Amino acid sequence: MRFTVFQDAPGVSLRSRPLLDSYRRMQPIVRWFHQLGSPPTFDRFASRWSRVFYLAALPVLLVGIWQGLFVVPAEQNQNDAFRIIYIHVPSAWMSLFVFALMALYSAIALVWRIKICEILAMACAPMGAGFTLVTLLTGSIWGKGTWGTWWDWDPRMTSELILLFLYLGVIGLYHAIEDRRSAARAAGLLAIVGVGLLPIIRYSVDWWGGLHQRQSINVFGDNAVRAELIAPLWWMVVATKLWFVGSLLAKARADNLGREAGKAWVAERLGPAGGSAQEHPTR
Amino acid sequence: MIAPGTQPGLWQTARALAGRDLRLLWRRRGDALQPLLFALLVVVLFALALGRDPPLMAKVAAAVLWLAVLLAGQLALDSLFRSDAEDGSLEQWLLAPVPLAWLVLVRVLVHWATTALPMIAVTPLLAEMLHLPHDQLPILLASLLLGTPLLSLIGGVVAALTVSIRRSGILVALLALPLFVPVLVFGAGSVAAAARGQDPVGALLLLGAGLVVALVLAPLATAAAIRISLS
Repeated sequence: MRFTVFQDAPGVSLRSRPLLDSYRRMQPIVRWFHQLGSPPTFDRFASRWSRVFYLAALPVLLVGIWQGLFVVPAEQNQNDAFRIIYIHVPSAWMSLFVFALMALYSAIALVWRIKICEILAMACAPMGAGFTLVTLLTGSIWGKGTWGTWWDWDPRMTSELILLFLYLGVIGLYHAIEDRRSAARAAGLLAIVGVGLLPIIRYSVDWWGGLHQRQSINVFGDNAVRAELIAPLWWMVVATKLWFVGSLLAKARADNLGREAGKAWVAERLGPAGGSAQEHPTR
Repeated sequence: MIAPGTQPGLWQTARALAGRDLRLLWRRRGDALQPLLFALLVVVLFALALGRDPPLMAKVAAAVLWLAVLLAGQLALDSLFRSDAEDGSLEQWLLAPVPLAWLVLVRVLVHWATTALPMIAVTPLLAEMLHLPHDQLPILLASLLLGTPLLSLIGGVVAALTVSIRRSGILVALLALPLFVPVLVFGAGSVAAAARGQDPVGALLLLGAGLVVALVLAPLATAAAIRISLS
């Protein structure tokens, strides 16, 4: 029952004549999109573009860090402690953005059964969990310096912690099911349910926090945000986005190769050694 | 159960499924008591950990009772679809001429009535053991009546996702408990609000609204999860 009888093999169906003709008649963009769903094409695409995104992220990241650490003047209330926001805020945004992206990829994978989207969705999960962890750690360090405590049941911190558990749940479910494809679909459905519940969790935690005490300190303090404090933040936001795309493509490429290990095109591209050293055997 | 060629209606299937579930439960009466005993033990352990301090117990009683019911319900989730997946009945659900989501809804409601409802029934007793102030008891019962079906419906999705995994104990907890957060916050929060002299109705209405939404959406998500797990 758990053995899939019909293994779909992208590329094979192209050999049939009428389908090939219909592919030729397609719009170039649509055709490119269709071809990207095939593992060999995706591999070529990812290996090229992950490098491009990494290289683009590096200078932006350096500019952001340089501005954040050396150009921006120290804030009067918090001295140099506030500089941690240039890591904290971009990763907090990424932690939510990556979860939404993971659910989007999962929805595409569930509706159209595109294998690459399953791989991309599951590649999102550990990276999103990493961003969430960085957010919690930097927030905690900042909190120690500014509020005088490592942890406070602030609504934002609490919902970020629950977000981390949601990520860990998705990762745990993905690794608990043996068949890789149904594991990705099950974990993807959990991600979609999680995205539906995230606003409710957030609202409930806000309500709960509102019952006890409301944290009056905003990230930027009560005063209006000064423009020169914001500029490095935007550099960092762009840099984390670029870096994320680069590493998403690299990780998805590795997972894709792992799943396809043993197929002819992998051996062709990586040589016989790469084809045989497989982490996940195909089922 | 259903003769070939006849088209069973929704109510007929619901009655047949509920009848079968209740009959199975009656034949294994001892197992049905387990969530109840678990909730009781959690309350006893909490009381022992808190020390003999009645005012402190009265303060945390509502939270402890909510947690006991929530944890017992989470442990009972495993029995929601597991035996049917193991003996192959769940595949028959996929082939049945009625929507899978409908069968799921009936199963979840019967499961709720047989695991959560007994716990709610003994809640007044447990509340007395924990010295819960008497004026908070009706609000606690109302929040449990609205909240526990919500827990069962959300937990059903998780149970369906993990039904193909052999040993899924901790994983189910890891998946289900973060999703239970809003229910716990509004459920325990309504009693806490009443304890502070605020109006608890807002939280109860939110729980009711959540229940209505979950009654519609959760069976659909659970049905999708069953299809994935059995594919």
